[in-house]
Amino acid sequence: MSISDDDRQRPARSTAHELRRYGGLFAARTGRMRSSAMRELLAITERPEVISLAGGLPDTSMFDAELFRALMAQIADNSTAQALQYGPTEGLQVVKESIAALMATEGMPVAPDEVIVTTGGQQAIDLVCKALIDPGDIVIAEAPTYPGAVPTFCSYEADLVQIEMDGDGMQIDLLEETLDRIAADGRRAKFVYTIPTFHNPAGVTMSLPRRRRLVDLARERELLVVEDNPYSMLRYEGEALPTLRALETPRGSRDGGDFVIYTGTMSKILSPGIRVGWVVAPRPVLAKLNLGKQAADLCSSSLAQYFVAAYFAGDWRAYIAKMCDTYRQRRDAMLDALADYLPAQASWTRPQGGLFVWVTLPDFIDTTDLLARALAENVAFVPGEAAFDDGRGHNAMRLNFSASTGDQIREGVRRIGKIVAEQLTLYDTLTGPPRAAAPQAPPLDDSALAEVVSLPRRGQRDGRRSRDA
Amino acid sequence: MTRVAVLKGGGSLERQVSLSSGARVEDALERLGHEVIGIDVGGDVLARIRDADCEVAFIALHGPGGEDGTLQELLEVLRLPYTGSGVSACARCSDKVLAKHALRDAGLPTPDWVAFSEKALRDFGAAEALEEIEERLDFPLVVKPASQGSALGIKFARAPTDVPAALVAAFSYDRKVLLERYVRGRELAVSLLGRVDGTTEVLPIVEAVPQGQDFYDFAARYEIGRTAFVCPAALEEALTERAQEVALAAYELLGCYGFARVDMIVAADSYEPQILEVNPIPGLTDTSLLPQAADAAGVGFDELVGRIVELAQARTARTG
Repeated sequence: MSISDDDRQRPARSTAHELRRYGGLFAARTGRMRSSAMRELLAITERPEVISLAGGLPDTSMFDAELFRALMAQIADNSTAQALQYGPTEGLQVVKESIAALMATEGMPVAPDEVIVTTGGQQAIDLVCKALIDPGDIVIAEAPTYPGAVPTFCSYEADLVQIEMDGDGMQIDLLEETLDRIAADGRRAKFVYTIPTFHNPAGVTMSLPRRRRLVDLARERELLVVEDNPYSMLRYEGEALPTLRALETPRGSRDGGDFVIYTGTMSKILSPGIRVGWVVAPRPVLAKLNLGKQAADLCSSSLAQYFVAAYFAGDWRAYIAKMCDTYRQRRDAMLDALADYLPAQASWTRPQGGLFVWVTLPDFIDTTDLLARALAENVAFVPGEAAFDDGRGHNAMRLNFSASTGDQIREGVRRIGKIVAEQLTLYDTLTGPPRAAAPQAPPLDDSALAEVVSLPRRGQRDGRRSRDA
Repeated sequence: MTRVAVLKGGGSLERQVSLSSGARVEDALERLGHEVIGIDVGGDVLARIRDADCEVAFIALHGPGGEDGTLQELLEVLRLPYTGSGVSACARCSDKVLAKHALRDAGLPTPDWVAFSEKALRDFGAAEALEEIEERLDFPLVVKPASQGSALGIKFARAPTDVPAALVAAFSYDRKVLLERYVRGRELAVSLLGRVDGTTEVLPIVEAVPQGQDFYDFAARYEIGRTAFVCPAALEEALTERAQEVALAAYELLGCYGFARVDMIVAADSYEPQILEVNPIPGLTDTSLLPQAADAAGVGFDELVGRIVELAQARTARTG
């Protein structure tokens, strides 16, 4: 019986009674899986007239179609049967070798058999949770954290505890205090989830001293650290810092340390559409991840993996260099536009790489409502609340600069700036002299990310700007 | 068999719900043997409706544009029968301020309120009156945009310091907003469904029961699993009768046709439900409240959709 046959044999109508019946069947964890007003709003960003600074999309239009054709032809010529076949759960050997070579260029020697290829970096996060999290277990992450990780933590019913960041990334002394407090409650954090380099959404990078402290802390407290590193190769200025994984690996050794689980992805350096990521972990953890992946999808797409293998047999650095050039210009366009169009009460981060700028607005502005207004002007961003599990972030927003042209970015930021200015005026009108008793918006330093160091205000320009506005 | 264009999606903030409503309606129409043309509403909607050469337009749109009379006006021009209420009823219902005035003038219960426009703030210094407004309505009070049908932009203000930010939020959605006295009580939705003979059927009442979180968290109402819906609501008979009576009176007063949902709240120990709003095109997914209420009355989803189409044709037959 085909699927469509089955479809036709469904009962002619679904009733409220049936829905109630399903309601009784849902697992308790679905109660933690949320849909929100914000997600409904973001659905509108698909319209072509919307300048979307909301997504985290790399600009795949830069990939050479001829190269794509050649790679696919090569797969057809050499590996049709294998590319259409199941593969090993942990991934094709040739792909694991490519990943090992890639990691070696970033100072992380690993053996191919320490790698599991995953279906995107997202699956790596999911598998780590599946292996480590029982309902009610504590996961620690930055505040804000990757909005896409929050639903994963929620679906495993983890208690998410978020640690404030500043311009040097997660504040490790706060992390230590938090770990002590958790221990005093007789509980234990299962792992720390961090994006140390070009953080999504905050756009900041963890400093070297903090990286060292975090690695030491993990060893001292026998605490697992999940280092999510999608963006490190998209660096537009400054010197690369060693990853946590690199810091943990004894010099000259091929053996990784015991506490860092490293996740990487092809999404930002090759293509998010092929859904290939990976995870490197201490071997006992790796074995559990492998079992979890067998249960989840048996193996990642063989076709996609052959594509990766064919691609890395060639000059893969050129495309990354090309993306870096383009994204650097777009980042600068965004930073210039923010300086030109956002009012003095706004502050934002100045990323050295990655895809995002994090903007903090006065406390009285709710960026989910602001998004509704922005959509009326055909511009979109991600409201800050998505990056928290505890209601914080309501006055912040994430802006992406990789997926739009410089002109679109400038126009999008101009529209956002205009709306923010309107809301400031409105607020001033409402809190004017007759209501002098009403408190003004609290100082920015109180808000979640306000201590972020590079907080350019209107009129302050960075000398390293690559072009004139 | 009838050729039906299902108008859905569009650019309103309720696009997602509308796409779901549209999809469920299309399924039902197909099962009923109608020919269905789905149209995601955009700048070319008139051309697409003309091309579709249909006999009826099923409007499965929510929010400004599709629910406020705008599209209905255009369909009148095209002389194409369409589902649900006409232009004037849509315009009255979707502007909460107009609707509340009409209700109050007719002696129907609705919580006290004050409307506030950007123009009043800008040109008349209306902010100066905030203290008097707050005194009259008391805290907590509810701040909402005049035109949104969903929970978007609705904020509670517990104290005077909350009011400016709540107003800024509400003004993100509309140039006109209202501050409304908050009635704490049971939330009821009374759905109404026309009959082809011109009478109106009042469907069983749905009660929304928040599941144990912050009572003031409106967002929770729209998150799966955070609100339970009970239908028929377990109410005393007198209260059920009064709620249905008030809902029908509001439906008729505002000139609704075909179907609508009246949202109300009834304070504890009170038998007088207060009308919050009348939705001329409430959600039509199978988890939505009106289809649940119809189901409880023995009208399945397909029958409901079929009847709404028949009503559209019947109206045209009578009037034109």
